[in-house]
Amino acid sequence: TVPVNGSEEGKIKAPKPMKTGTTIAGVVYKDGVVLGADTRATSEEVVADKMCAKIHYIAPNIYCCGAGTAADTEKTTDMLSSNLTIFSMNSGRNPRVVMAVNILQDMLFRYRGMIGAHLILGGVDCTGSHLYTVGPYGSMDKVPYLAMGSGKLPAMGILEDRFKGNMDLEEAKALVSDAIHAGIMSDLASGNNIDLCVITKEGVDYIRPHRESIYNYKRQAKYKYKPGTTPVLNKTVNQLELVHETVQMMETAGSS
Amino acid sequence: MCVCVCVCVCVLQCCRSAAVCLCSSARRGLSCNGWSGTIMAVEFEGGVVIGADSRTTTGAYIANRVTDKLTPIHERIFCCRSGSAADTQAIADAVTYQLGFHSIELDEAPLVQTAASLFREMCYRYREELMAGIIVAGWDPRRGGQVYTVPVGGMMTRQPVSVGGSGSSYIYGYVDSNYRAGMSKEECLKFTAEALTLAMERDGSSGGVVRLAVVSEQGVERQVILGNQLPKFSTV
Repeated sequence: TVPVNGSEEGKIKAPKPMKTGTTIAGVVYKDGVVLGADTRATSEEVVADKMCAKIHYIAPNIYCCGAGTAADTEKTTDMLSSNLTIFSMNSGRNPRVVMAVNILQDMLFRYRGMIGAHLILGGVDCTGSHLYTVGPYGSMDKVPYLAMGSGKLPAMGILEDRFKGNMDLEEAKALVSDAIHAGIMSDLASGNNIDLCVITKEGVDYIRPHRESIYNYKRQAKYKYKPGTTPVLNKTVNQLELVHETVQMMETAGSS
Repeated sequence: MCVCVCVCVCVLQCCRSAAVCLCSSARRGLSCNGWSGTIMAVEFEGGVVIGADSRTTTGAYIANRVTDKLTPIHERIFCCRSGSAADTQAIADAVTYQLGFHSIELDEAPLVQTAASLFREMCYRYREELMAGIIVAGWDPRRGGQVYTVPVGGMMTRQPVSVGGSGSSYIYGYVDSNYRAGMSKEECLKFTAEALTLAMERDGSSGGVVRLAVVSEQGVERQVILGNQLPKFSTV
């Protein structure tokens, strides 16, 4: 039990949320949105995943980059994607980016910052191209260019320097890629490859990876053992006898 | 094992908002997203002039340098948001819904006092969990231009001129000495722009551009004064 008056005795210290370290960025250009992310997931000082996918699918026209606690971003974006798919089926409309933002805001505000998800949402819908950021406490900002994650400071430097309105595709891709690259170079917790996701009215181009790390992680030796490496001393075979078999039918949507 | 149990308890309590002080005090200690700057509103004959800076900070990082803190609640009612960005956005969304519903039920434009009361209800009821300083300003046919301030804690009072946010401390003297009753719209705009500029000069949490809006019977006129166009003061 936790004392309500907040006295020192018996006070529960909330555990530190596990930051996985990321650089993510997004830019609105002439025909749509370009999202970018690095691919390193760290567990304290060890790289847990070298090819982690940080750009999550939300809807055919909406993708979301996630920074912060990996589990939280994964589950939050999954839940959002499910909700929007159900909405699409019910209403027959394509989801709009503002819808995704509102659902996220409601959920994250309700959990009062306990869900450590720092998200960049980008998408193109019937009202145009949009880029939003949603913070873990439920705050939202709508801006033409953004960077989040532990590497956001160097990435933001690149974006502030070179962003222009109405860029063309190659310019926008180069800008996002360079911003993520700056994050990778200057932040220990970001690294490996760079993924890009280009969203336009026509469709989505998920480029994974866009730029590969120059450090090639080729294994030096093989770790497979030939059969017979371990000598067999003894072999016993126990035949299992089938005593009783029951079949139970499950209720499925297809059964009448 | 011990750690898991602690987390569960903490999360449950947050969701049920029962053991309030633990969560709210912990949150205020952390650099939660969005401590915002300076807001101001002035009544004049025929409407109100509202203004705000454009900076949202997360600790020492400026998360958004072009924030729009002047949020429309209804056609001719705005709120100026200061304090925690997440809290004020959530409150503004809730009040927009409630006021819209009320307006449709009544089939007439809502009063500014009604909007201010809705803000006050929410800010007072949840005062332990929220960190929100809001100025509600607008025009209605019954009483003309009105400014109501709902500071942290949930008080509500009508004032002819009101400032709020962390930068407001630096401009109380300027506002008190320069405000005159019966100023015209242009004078109010100049007064607001100068006051906000002075606050932005001295307060670290305020900066960026100055966003202004005039709300009157004719509707809403918005303008932005960019950083290099701000009024200039002595650079001693």
